[in-house]
Amino acid sequence: MTDSNMPIIDSKILRQKIKENSIRIIDVRREQEYQQGHITNAINLPLAKLLADDSAESIQKIAQNLGISDETSVAIYDDTFGALSSRVVWALQYIGHKDVKLLDVTFSQWKVLGYEISTEIPEIESAIHSVNINSEIMATAEYLEKVKENKNVVIIDNRERLNYLEQHIPGAINIPYRTLSTEGKILRTKEGMKTLLKNRGISEDAEIITYCGSVGTLSGLAYYALKSVGLPNVKLYVHSFKEWKSLEKPTDKQENANYWDLSAE
Amino acid sequence: MAQQLRPSKPADKQPKIDWSRRQEAEHFAETVKLFRQGKIDPDIFRRFRLQNGAYGTRMTDDYAMVRIKVPAGQVYPYQLEKIAQLSEMYSIGSVHFSTRENIQLHWVILEDVSEILHSLSDIGMTSREACGNTVRNVMCSPLSGVCNDEIFDATPYALAIAKFMLRNPICQGLPRKFKFNFTCCEKHGMIRIVDVGLLPQIQEIDGEKRKGFKIFLGGGLGNRSFVGHQLEDFTPVEDLLYTSMAVIRIFDRLGDRKNLVRNRMRYLVNDMGWEKFQNLVLKERAIVKATQSVIVKLNVDETPNEIRRPISVTEDVTSLPDGFARWQKTNVEKQSQDGFNSVFIGLESGDITANQLRNVADLIRDYSAEGFARNGFSQNIVIRYVHEDDLKSMYSKLLESGLAKTGSLTMASAVGCSGTTSCNLALTNSHRLAKEVQRKFLELKLDEDDDLRDSTIKISGCPNSCGQHEVATIGFYGGGGRHEGKMFPNYTMSLGGRFDEGSMLGHHTARVPVKRVIPIILKIIELYKENKQSDDTLAKWIDRIVNGNESSKINSVEEIKKELTPLLTPPKVEDEPEFYMDYGSDTSYHTVTGKGECAA
Repeated sequence: MTDSNMPIIDSKILRQKIKENSIRIIDVRREQEYQQGHITNAINLPLAKLLADDSAESIQKIAQNLGISDETSVAIYDDTFGALSSRVVWALQYIGHKDVKLLDVTFSQWKVLGYEISTEIPEIESAIHSVNINSEIMATAEYLEKVKENKNVVIIDNRERLNYLEQHIPGAINIPYRTLSTEGKILRTKEGMKTLLKNRGISEDAEIITYCGSVGTLSGLAYYALKSVGLPNVKLYVHSFKEWKSLEKPTDKQENANYWDLSAE
Repeated sequence: MAQQLRPSKPADKQPKIDWSRRQEAEHFAETVKLFRQGKIDPDIFRRFRLQNGAYGTRMTDDYAMVRIKVPAGQVYPYQLEKIAQLSEMYSIGSVHFSTRENIQLHWVILEDVSEILHSLSDIGMTSREACGNTVRNVMCSPLSGVCNDEIFDATPYALAIAKFMLRNPICQGLPRKFKFNFTCCEKHGMIRIVDVGLLPQIQEIDGEKRKGFKIFLGGGLGNRSFVGHQLEDFTPVEDLLYTSMAVIRIFDRLGDRKNLVRNRMRYLVNDMGWEKFQNLVLKERAIVKATQSVIVKLNVDETPNEIRRPISVTEDVTSLPDGFARWQKTNVEKQSQDGFNSVFIGLESGDITANQLRNVADLIRDYSAEGFARNGFSQNIVIRYVHEDDLKSMYSKLLESGLAKTGSLTMASAVGCSGTTSCNLALTNSHRLAKEVQRKFLELKLDEDDDLRDSTIKISGCPNSCGQHEVATIGFYGGGGRHEGKMFPNYTMSLGGRFDEGSMLGHHTARVPVKRVIPIILKIIELYKENKQSDDTLAKWIDRIVNGNESSKINSVEEIKKELTPLLTPPKVEDEPEFYMDYGSDTSYHTVTGKGECAA
């Protein structure tokens, strides 16, 4: 994957594009937070709105209302370490949008950098967007169950360690979402990410399926962390552990230890 | 607002010594890989892992506990912030402060340990030789340098010994682990329960005042515990290194390398007899001195730390914040330096969240005139050089971050080892039990009771004494009991342990089912209150009883036991099912243990 295909945009490049007015920026924080100030030119799409109905038709409608056509360049950010924005980037890629990128910093980090923010709400005209389902980036429970025994498949649980120890999909390994960032950026350096994967023995041609607690946000971030180092075959189990449990699929736990009592929470 | 006038914070103070060595992280990563590929013998790998400070975890090979050494307990704000971040990335989002001034990250995936080691070298810290058969973290009293009863500050000597021993070839394959403790005074250190304990002394020789130590050798707690012996009247600081080397050389040569359960130096001392061992040390020291080809000296840096009160960042707190008096009474010690105080931050069983740790870093920057913190001996953190005038404001900040738990300097701050939360050897959840005891004490405001102040409660999850139960006024170690064919967690209680100049091991008194531990402690306090003398304390009363010097109706351990017995009878399962469950568990109790690594 070349850098221009990489679904991640550097904050400096985004500034350039804001000047050129050549990119649609989406802020996925709550409406109230958005109104208090956002990256210049950004429009608001609270994540909850997307999650209320994440069918392809609904995502299409949302995109159209945000003035996103098949050719529009899109960049997305949040203030929740990139997890919410990842989920929205992924949704647009899922319906076949080609040019959508995750901003490499959060809104807070953008502010620390002293980059431009505004309270102005840009006018947008709706657009037409097609639906061309990109099924290979999505994993369903059924799919996961079918392939999880395959040697080449790695299932990654991105919740915090204690939640993982208590209950997880059998065979899954744990990379907590906090592992994925570096100071000032939502993602690790490429080198750092590669070292992590190398230490864990995850090969670059593995088929990787990420999941988290319920809606695919933390695992969405992991999805892009893996994409950032060019792994070709990554899928997001978007309905994650909440669905897995509700379907009463098998789970594993770390037995015979009271690890929760080590927490000071 | 004062906040806006605030000058940018000065850079953090830097420690005098960088303990790290970066290549060790990469080497660790490579070795784990070889181990996973089956190219390294598991025993050899285990030894390597322990040498690098990664301990095994309960019932699994997938996880490790990384024990970060904090020599003399001195830790800096930016170090705490990094450790907070590491705990969120690679551990459970909480960090554990141990009784030996280490900071531990639990439930770390073995393959991620090298990442932690790598980050530790960014902040000048190491986990090297924090486990295994090495010289473990060199401790120093958290009050060294500020204690009202100390003769001189031992900290520079503790740091120098730590520096000399770390990665030193003579310490890489000892028969068993080896512990140094330095103290300020008899009360604040634990010099008689370690291999080498050191108490600062000054002696006048030919009209010249000379610094030195009283050195205690061969103490230690464990399956069998011993109190250390004093080597000689006075050991001048010039002989500190030679004496330490002599002791280590003898232990290395004569220590038991076969019998894993009795290979600490205290067994050697006991088997040989103190006098013989003492002679051997003195002779060996003469040989060490006489046969040096180059003069080896300790690099003692006695340049004083800069003391500068941080610029006040808060408006004056005029009203007395709620609970301030209680907190001040039970958590603050006046220093020998006029106007300055040492503030103890009590943690439940030594646990603190990543965010709280970040708060501690800020508190050090905002309130400590020395710019760093010291880890305490009771799973706590001490921020020193806090000016009298800043105490109220600091207390308010502590309250905000949930760190103003009272009773740090009292019996309420129970110590609990990690127990079944992570340790392979544990039989019970001693960690949680200590938290429960502390919560009950604070709920009943027993931390405010002066009679209880100098008593301690310490709890281990097995007989191996990591919770130091044997030197507690009331100590417990975990095991299993059985009633009508059903198991329940059952602690052995000892009374009257001490670690001061009258050091002695507690007297086994009764077996106490886990769900009776709190009622039994309260019952003992009640008995004390009924029988106490004027100006008495619980610790003194128990001390008289176990030594046969008490004249009231409770005059022996047997008498205490008689009073407690009615509380100790197990109920029927159907009457009280929780009796048969440990804390933190909702299923009936059974014991599971793995292979211990203490003796690896």
